[in-house]
Amino acid sequence: MLTHMRQGKRLVIKLQGEIDHHTAAAIRDEMDTLIWRYPVETLIVDVGNVTFMDSSGIGILIGRYRIMSRMGGTLRVRGARDQVDRILEFAGIYKICQKEA
Amino acid sequence: MREYMQLHISSDSRNESFARVVVAAYAARLNPTVEEIADIKTAVSEAVTNAIIHGYEQQPGQIVVEACIEADTLRVEVIDYGCGIDDVARAMEPLYTSKPGGERSGLGFTVMQSFMDELEVLSTPGSGTRIKMAKRVAARQTAEREDEQEQLR
Repeated sequence: MLTHMRQGKRLVIKLQGEIDHHTAAAIRDEMDTLIWRYPVETLIVDVGNVTFMDSSGIGILIGRYRIMSRMGGTLRVRGARDQVDRILEFAGIYKICQKEA
Repeated sequence: MREYMQLHISSDSRNESFARVVVAAYAARLNPTVEEIADIKTAVSEAVTNAIIHGYEQQPGQIVVEACIEADTLRVEVIDYGCGIDDVARAMEPLYTSKPGGERSGLGFTVMQSFMDELEVLSTPGSGTRIKMAKRVAARQTAEREDEQEQLR
């Protein structure tokens, strides 16, 4: 469901498919396993291959933002397209997380 | 007879994607833009999720999704027979969630309100909730579609 890549002090987690309440729990658990395994300064969540996201996805991002903040790190969101970009913008995610193209 | 569609689904979270895809397919006859389809899918996903998490509190139950088209407007209702909402006004406040531990963003109703043109929430504690939404699909689109159909005749 997700792939990851560690680059020095950065961890890139690439999500794919549809993120809703049904898929959210597994995505959250997998992300947290990676975050604890690789404590890094910057977590980049790549949503370029996410085709749908509702407010469940917003909940995931806000939760991971809180975890990273508590550890003194930052969260960036990369590659959002169309519907995903619009709901991220709407929910104000880009006010707390840097947006990467 | 009024033209409509009605979908009965169990309150299983797998049905969230099924319900939004069905409503989007039904709305396709209005020839919506990709953006309008995305708005409709997002709002339906929020409403069905709301029924599963809050209406039935993750317990088995039945959800009814109804849709009809009136001129250039898609009307959608998502109905559950679950616990209902004590304070609808409060539930509709942005960022309010009755389940803060579950990492819910509290944006469900705000998304429905913003991505659709009309939203009405009718709820009776103990007997269920009916979420009524409407989306007007750009009139120009409908006119173009009618032109196309006219040419085919």
